[in-house]
Amino acid sequence: MNSVEAVVTQIQGLSSNSGDLHALHGYLKQTEGLLHAESTRLLPLLDRLDPATHSLGYLYILEACTSGPVSKEQAKSLVLVLARFITSCTAQQIRLAFDKFVAVCKRFKDQVLLIEDPLRGVAPLLEAVLKLRSSSEHLTPLHPDFLQLCLLAKCYKTGLSILEDDIFEVDHPRDLFLYCYYGGMICIGQKRFRKALELLHNAVTAPMSSINAIAVEAYKKYVLVSLIHNGQFSTSLPKYASSPAQRNLKNLCQPYIELANSYSTGKILELETYVQANSGKFESDNNLGLVKQVVSSMYKRNIQRLTQTYLTLSLQDIANTVKLNSAKEAEMHVLQMIQDGEIYATINQKDGMVRFLEDPEQYKTCEMIENIDSSIQRIMNLSKKLTAMDELMSCDPLYLAKAGRERQRFDFDDFDTVPQKFNI
Amino acid sequence: MEDEEIYANGGDDSSQSRPIISGEQLDVEAYAGLYSGRTKITRLLFIADHCDNPSMQMEALRMAYDEIKKGENTQLFRDVVQKIDGKLGPSYGMDSAWCDTVDRRAEQRKEKLENELNAYRTNLIKESIRMGYNDFGDFYYAHGALGDAFKSYVRTRDYCTTSKHIIHMCMSAILVSIEMGQFTHVTSYVGKAEQTPEALDPIIVSKLRCAAGLAHLESRKYKLAARKFLEVGPELGNSYNEVIAPQDVATYGGLCALASFDRSELKSKVIDNLHFRNFLELVPEIRELIHDFYSSRYASCLDYLGNLKANLLLDIHLHDHVETLYDQIRSKALIQYTHPFVSVDLHMMANAFKTSVSGLEKELEALITDNQIQARIDSHNKILYARHADQRNATFQRVLQTGSEFDRDVRAMLLRANLIKHEYKASRKH
Repeated sequence: MNSVEAVVTQIQGLSSNSGDLHALHGYLKQTEGLLHAESTRLLPLLDRLDPATHSLGYLYILEACTSGPVSKEQAKSLVLVLARFITSCTAQQIRLAFDKFVAVCKRFKDQVLLIEDPLRGVAPLLEAVLKLRSSSEHLTPLHPDFLQLCLLAKCYKTGLSILEDDIFEVDHPRDLFLYCYYGGMICIGQKRFRKALELLHNAVTAPMSSINAIAVEAYKKYVLVSLIHNGQFSTSLPKYASSPAQRNLKNLCQPYIELANSYSTGKILELETYVQANSGKFESDNNLGLVKQVVSSMYKRNIQRLTQTYLTLSLQDIANTVKLNSAKEAEMHVLQMIQDGEIYATINQKDGMVRFLEDPEQYKTCEMIENIDSSIQRIMNLSKKLTAMDELMSCDPLYLAKAGRERQRFDFDDFDTVPQKFNI
Repeated sequence: MEDEEIYANGGDDSSQSRPIISGEQLDVEAYAGLYSGRTKITRLLFIADHCDNPSMQMEALRMAYDEIKKGENTQLFRDVVQKIDGKLGPSYGMDSAWCDTVDRRAEQRKEKLENELNAYRTNLIKESIRMGYNDFGDFYYAHGALGDAFKSYVRTRDYCTTSKHIIHMCMSAILVSIEMGQFTHVTSYVGKAEQTPEALDPIIVSKLRCAAGLAHLESRKYKLAARKFLEVGPELGNSYNEVIAPQDVATYGGLCALASFDRSELKSKVIDNLHFRNFLELVPEIRELIHDFYSSRYASCLDYLGNLKANLLLDIHLHDHVETLYDQIRSKALIQYTHPFVSVDLHMMANAFKTSVSGLEKELEALITDNQIQARIDSHNKILYARHADQRNATFQRVLQTGSEFDRDVRAMLLRANLIKHEYKASRKH
């Protein structure tokens, strides 16, 4: 008992400046075994500490308390304590014990899921992510957990706030896969297909030494989203995709590839029969909703194609060409598309004609100039970043050692095999 | 007169009542008369297989029977007899006595050839060995063993001493390959023959061009095929009728050129081509339809094509390509018709192409979707309006799109680079 008391005293004494904190961190590391042994009796002690001023010590004790199995009842009270700690702790202190904080937050997420109330975890985890990351480009291990909770609580908008930051630094590849997969799903939920496509694309093409389930699921959604967004899907992955992905993804997602093939024929009936026949497979992948969106996007695609060909066309003809049941239904589709800015047209209800117009954008307005200017700025920044990264890479001793070694071996081989080639 | 034609632009040409020839049935006898050797038989059999007119079928079979009897191919003879199935009376039945004598003679001849060849080989006289293999090739070819014939001819290659020999070998190999339908061999042997150092005889050059044209036609490279046929010189005459008749050169070349050439190429390479004009004189229908096409009398051009179609479908080389070529010619005509106008009345256009407005709309729609015609259809007033792409807007659109793609790709690339770096470091730690 005494020793635990001593720990608390130390925490209280050594939490003011950074020198003390380092000493405290060293001390806490030594007492970790003790804290774990006493884990059941630690909870009351927390009342004597302030989560903001004593964040580091609080974190260690909290980590020890939550290390054992937790019942649903206990979880309810623990969630409160954890949420309070995460929202009020000091970023500077918890970053000293990065792994501990990640572990505590992950347990917090598990407990929120245990009491089946994911909404309560969203705000604290967002706070945790913001406190833990060193910059907005840093992907912490907590990103995927946060996004998962957003998905489960259907707080897509909150999730988007994190997804808008471009990430470059990754601690663990698995985090990236999950981040891209969950992020893609959130963007799909918000119908931001462009961003979703980008995230899923990153998941599919990320370097991997063997195929993983996240990439496979991401690929399935990638196929569907590119059909919805682009109206087409090219089955060949880009060159930079890893070879396990190149080899396996297509075989593992056969129904989706066939769906894309059927889509490319442009025949709505064919597509619908295919979806009908395979709805079981899509449903078991939880993708049936997205597949239905694919089907309805084909109507849009076909109407859009008509705008390229026709200047005027009667609603009845539209209905016939894109296989809608009635002129009324065609009118609803066209109206919806005009509203969404997907086509430019006017409907003349008197004689049931649709007049398709050209894109009215003339690229002359101030907003457009500003828009273009901001794009230029963005790309200039990006290009600076690229140069900086290139320089950094070419000075990296690890890279140089590897490249140097490979080069040497290459030269040696080259030299060696020439006579052999001639022998053959 | 000139002005009138320009304004008419294929509108209606009732004032020019020219006789439309053909349309009648193929005259099998005249057709067969154009060819000699094995191709005559195979062409006749092809007609018998693909024609649905029984009298014509029997006519073709009868002539094939007569022709085979002159040769030594008993296998083909048995096939034809089976096809005739006694429908042409007793004089066209199975002649087993003839078969047996021919077969027996063939056995003896083969033995003789083998002995001779073995003797030559032991003596190592190059020229005699070449002759021996060549005789073998001729022998197999006459008896219908095309694969063996091809092998024998190709074997002579090692014993060729002059370029004349090489050309002989190549021509034999080309002949057999065409009979077998192995057009990749044809291309390669045409190439080999053309590479011989000595100047080639103009007849040989023309023959090689015909063969190359056939090979391109078969691989659906119509433009290349057209070029080859158009280069065939007038020396060809009837000299290559074991493969192709000069009429065929005109038909194949003319149709392929129509389907694949643009207007200026059509004028310079077909209409103003003096050599090819001689060939076209042999098939006036083709000549007329090319001229009609060039002077934009599409209705009459399409009429000619329609009349020729039945006969072309019976051609052993062209039948597979008739539909594609016809489609391409028709699209080309539609594109050419719309090209000079800002707006086109669909009723007038349908009239010029002898089709309905709704049918025409569908055809135009397909061509616009394929981006072959830059225009849009006013389906309400039935007018086609040309569409002029706005370069400025298109450029802006492209720039913005390229920018955002670049942005996306670079970010993804940086991310991947970081991952690889991270993984490499991690793997070094362990």
